[in-house]
Amino acid sequence: MQQVVLSSETDFDGWRDAARRLAGQGVPPAHVHWTCEGGNADLFAAGGEVQPAQLKGDMQIRVPKEFVDMARRVVCHRDPARFAWLYQLLFDLQQNRAALTDPLNDAARWVKGADKQIRRDVHKMHAFVRFRKVGERDGREVFMSWFEPDNRIVGLTGPFFMRRFTGMDWTILTPDACASWDGKTLSFAEGADRSQMPDEDAIEDQWRTYYASIFNPARLKVSAMLSEMPAKYWKNLPEAELIPDLIKQSTQRTGELLSAPASAANIRASRMSNFFAEDEAAEINSLEDARRSASRCDRCPIHECASQTIFGEGPEAARLMIIGEQPGDREDIAGKPFVGPAGQLFDKALGEANINRRKAYVTNAVKHFKFTPRGKRRMHQKPNAGEIDTCRFWLDLERKFIAPDIIVAMGTTALRGVFGKAVALKELRGALTELDNGTRLIATVHPSYLLRLPDRQRAEEEYARFVDDLFRARSLLPQDAA
Amino acid sequence: MGKRSLIDRLAILADAAKYDASCASSGSAKRNSLSTNGIGSTEGMGICHAYAPDGRCISLLKILMTNFCIYDCKYCISRVSSNVERARFSVDEIVQLTLDFYKRNYIEGLFLSSGIIRSSNYTMEQMVEVARKLRVEHQFGGYIHLKSIPEADPALIEQAGLHADRLSINIELPREASLKSYAPEKSGAVIRSAMANVRNGIESRQTDRKERGKARPPRFIPGGQSTQMIVGADTSSDKDIITTSATLYSGYKLRRVYYSAFSPIQDSSGDLPLIKPPLMREHRLYQADWLMRFYGFEKDEIFEARGDGMLDLDLDPKLAWALERRERFPVDVNRASREELLRVPGFGAKSVAKILAARRHTRLRLSHIARIVRSLKICRDFIEAADWHPARTLDLAGLREKFVPQPQQLQLQLL
Repeated sequence: MQQVVLSSETDFDGWRDAARRLAGQGVPPAHVHWTCEGGNADLFAAGGEVQPAQLKGDMQIRVPKEFVDMARRVVCHRDPARFAWLYQLLFDLQQNRAALTDPLNDAARWVKGADKQIRRDVHKMHAFVRFRKVGERDGREVFMSWFEPDNRIVGLTGPFFMRRFTGMDWTILTPDACASWDGKTLSFAEGADRSQMPDEDAIEDQWRTYYASIFNPARLKVSAMLSEMPAKYWKNLPEAELIPDLIKQSTQRTGELLSAPASAANIRASRMSNFFAEDEAAEINSLEDARRSASRCDRCPIHECASQTIFGEGPEAARLMIIGEQPGDREDIAGKPFVGPAGQLFDKALGEANINRRKAYVTNAVKHFKFTPRGKRRMHQKPNAGEIDTCRFWLDLERKFIAPDIIVAMGTTALRGVFGKAVALKELRGALTELDNGTRLIATVHPSYLLRLPDRQRAEEEYARFVDDLFRARSLLPQDAA
Repeated sequence: MGKRSLIDRLAILADAAKYDASCASSGSAKRNSLSTNGIGSTEGMGICHAYAPDGRCISLLKILMTNFCIYDCKYCISRVSSNVERARFSVDEIVQLTLDFYKRNYIEGLFLSSGIIRSSNYTMEQMVEVARKLRVEHQFGGYIHLKSIPEADPALIEQAGLHADRLSINIELPREASLKSYAPEKSGAVIRSAMANVRNGIESRQTDRKERGKARPPRFIPGGQSTQMIVGADTSSDKDIITTSATLYSGYKLRRVYYSAFSPIQDSSGDLPLIKPPLMREHRLYQADWLMRFYGFEKDEIFEARGDGMLDLDLDPKLAWALERRERFPVDVNRASREELLRVPGFGAKSVAKILAARRHTRLRLSHIARIVRSLKICRDFIEAADWHPARTLDLAGLREKFVPQPQQLQLQLL
């Protein structure tokens, strides 16, 4: 039996050195007894006491990094068997590299369980330390706290408080050890007792007021609170003294709310109601009127999900009007037509056809984005005939106020938007159609159709045809109109 | 009437904030004070510093800047027609309270919301000013969550995003029609386009980051955006609610949708149900939401067998779904894919990861599963292991009754 004496209860380095050497010699866990200076020695230890540095052995011990991190925390556990369990796991890891994830390995289970307790303890200390201000020193505020963690975790939590409370001086007292920060150094000292902690802090009344006011008595759930904030922590939490009364009064307070008669409206309300009276029924006398009115459109159900109405874009004096189907995901977010992938292809084609997009009026037959949510994405859905026909109200207004010479209708939805009935693209493609009011129309495909073509050669041919259609529209306009 | 003391106003303005469910302080960028010599840090995971007796954690100082409001939303205690006491904090008071509380480790940061006074822009400007002062003048590194005013100028939302960790815009009610009748001044379209604007802000910086290489643009709400929906004030079904959530998650990359069981308010307007908050319904909605976000369920699957569009209050939605789709079970824990395992009632994402890791070592037996999951009670009838097969239990007509909580327990509580 080897007896190893570590320099302190949380001496990770000492444990690591000794464990490395012992494992290197192949000393089985049952032959090692771990103890700390000042602790109880094993009376039956045969090999006598050794300091870690006195041990000889091969240092070539390999462990996963995860194990080292875990061991660093687990030495802070209060269970006297922690060093032995850690050594057992280290030993097992030399036979089986995957012992950590082996559900049948007892040492791995114990160490993981202990690690979980430590991490919970650390987390609770991060949460439940309450500082009290004790004064100022060299222009810096000085704070102090008393805390009683389950395990010896002050060394693990110190750096967190340093990163968080860099701009103030603080000390955290615990029965095992104390941590202090003065703006430059994080230092640790022997344990302390509670008497060194100041009795109160002026802010605590504000904090208790907040705590009592943010609690909603109608939602009382005591067991949920207790599972997260066990009563063992209460004695150091200034707000905890309120809890019994808050619980006691909650049933009555809720009952009063539920039985109270409705009260009369405050007089302020009537004063405000005029403030919001809107001129909803305003007449539409210009493109601007139409745009404003369309932004509140709820003529068909699509508006309930779409972010906003995407009205047409371009100068009111445009001679060329280009109509697409409906906005897509990008357009719906950006608030502009043709900015998504199809919009980029569209821009490219316009460039090749020598059309300046800023001189054209670009719009859609349907002004809201229709989609079905699928996980994190929105899948485009074709608008149905009823929706297209409803939205014609806006398209007709745009056509009326723009009065273009040429309309390029891209895809069947755009054609339905113009004609008010189903028209086959095939029948109009390649021809110049004259509408009732004299406007001439060129029918072509929608750019998103080009994006969907899987066959590359076919896609190139179709794209060239699309550019041709745009080019024909261009050639029908005066030189400076596009 | 003289001005109320700070502590009295704190009581009023915290009370007015207690109905808002969201309080998370996680998911932001890592940040500490070592380089600024200021106060505050965020380390990815938020910390709950206290728990109220309602079981909800207190991680942020959640207050209203003011509970004066020109709107008249019927479900809201601060609506203009309510006779509740009114109060207002100044920008500096909020900054001071936040710092005082933070330095004592009471809180993780600030969650500021407000009634609308004067105009949406004025109110939003004041809120942005609080965040700016904390960040710029006081080098505050803690968490800041601002409840944006959807009607405010997009430029203000943009500024808010530069200082805040998270922005939220409440959708409030799941259907446009409910919003019209309960919150006459609010518009779903305005709310959604404000959310779109925030998504745009987040994404435009993501592309910037790629293009500019190492020169990082200023962070824009690293904690993302979230929203809240009130449950039980109107007649919307659970399916309406989850449908709206699915729409919002897919459209605006929301981190969270919070469900807030409608809770009776003081000075109620008479248009609303006087009910105890439907907490179990709220809980089931969170579970359904979870199924969509982490377990690969589509919203329609969850409601497949629920004719009335309401979730089963007795059973969690995954168990309810599995009982309707028994032909998909038992699932073999030694062979099934991750996706299949995720659909087993009683298995969480963590249990599934452990099962996948453990089966590399060994053929899993029921006793192994018992060590991994919290309880075998729910999952055992739906799985197959090396030494276990549920035999014919899946065919039993009364299988559901096995899982439904016993009604006697409730009666005992009433005594």
